[in-house]
Amino acid sequence: MKYIDEYRNKDLVMKLTDLINKSVRRDYTFMEVCGGHTAAIHRFGITSLLPGNIKLISGPGCPVCVTGTDFIDKAIAYSKMEDVIITTFGDLIRVPGSASSLEKEKAAGADIRIVLSGLDALEIARINSEKKVIFLGIGFETTAPGTAVTIKLAEKDYIKNFFLLSAHKIMPPAMEAIIKEGVNLDGFICPGHVATITGSAVFNFIPEKFNLSCVITGFEPADILQSILMLIRQVNRNTPKVEIQYSRAVTVNGNSIAQRHLSEVFEPCNAQWRGFGVIPSSGLMLRKDFERFNVENNTPVRINFQEDNELCICGEILRGLKTPYDCPLFADICFPENPLGACMVSNEGSCNTYYKYRLTK
Amino acid sequence: MCLSIPARIVSIDGIMAEVSAGGAIFKAGLHMIENAKVGDYILLHAGFAIQKISEKEAAETIKLFEEMNNSLNE
Repeated sequence: MKYIDEYRNKDLVMKLTDLINKSVRRDYTFMEVCGGHTAAIHRFGITSLLPGNIKLISGPGCPVCVTGTDFIDKAIAYSKMEDVIITTFGDLIRVPGSASSLEKEKAAGADIRIVLSGLDALEIARINSEKKVIFLGIGFETTAPGTAVTIKLAEKDYIKNFFLLSAHKIMPPAMEAIIKEGVNLDGFICPGHVATITGSAVFNFIPEKFNLSCVITGFEPADILQSILMLIRQVNRNTPKVEIQYSRAVTVNGNSIAQRHLSEVFEPCNAQWRGFGVIPSSGLMLRKDFERFNVENNTPVRINFQEDNELCICGEILRGLKTPYDCPLFADICFPENPLGACMVSNEGSCNTYYKYRLTK
Repeated sequence: MCLSIPARIVSIDGIMAEVSAGGAIFKAGLHMIENAKVGDYILLHAGFAIQKISEKEAAETIKLFEEMNNSLNE
């Protein structure tokens, strides 16, 4: 298909690999922030093409993975109410909460429905006016504008039984948290679809304040290899800056219409990230005008939050400090079929990706 | 989650479009893009078109690949 095949061309990939090999002069460590990049890197075997002195580490860009256990517990508590329909993206339903998962509750009879879009959730609310329909809003800047549009439509059409449980988050504060954690990095493979919305300029603070290189990257093999080459060249020349490799979808200023939807409906708030704790101004909450859609205002719920499995190292993996191979549970008792931590659940989670494509330790 | 796929607009009805990606048809909200036309390629994410794909920029990237190739041969 157009815009895919040309970036999977084998000759091109081999040429880029060759150029990378000729350009390396030292050890390099780059973090791919986005879970979509983690999945693509392993799916396409990119690491096997790179020289040994280039290390790629995964970051906190899998929304399912960074969503806290307390959010899952709340969603489960709502799902147990008589008059509630939970609508959610598919990735979330297998994430373990303190004592259960949405999948287990669904099997036990709760009305939990998988949707592809907030618009589908709104449609379910329209045709089930006697029920409260709660949409689980997770995702970064790429996903949150869609939730914003959905909320505005619910407002416009007076849909009174539609509610949001929001764990939407924004990416740059988490990247800053990683840098301040002291993870040894030369640069970031920056999230291409977050940047489609935000524009590349939101990452400018990274070279300016922290002297690290950034390349906004597409998701096909040639995109990823070209970006790695661009990062190597920045490091070699000691000219850290933000470059856009994924220029067919990303501009400096991003999608201003999507940004407007986002800022009309949401405002920044502190947010809980799995592995990090609370990161200031890294979450999105509904503005006052839209507060009535916040299910936690409408129907407060109590949960008995319990700590995650103490052997699970999802948190350290998300902070770039460890890899799945460092985890005693990985592929031992934690599998995609029986995930003990969130990173084993999502197709973009590091543990899930490593399990699928690189099982050998 | 932030996965978005290139898709071609096959029909438009008001603010909603039908788009084709990898042989399947999906619905896509056009709330975030302007001047969408049948035949345009968009990035589809969670039921919305989040950006039109720039044909010009895509061609530039391919050209850049070719230039890199030439510089390799020098």
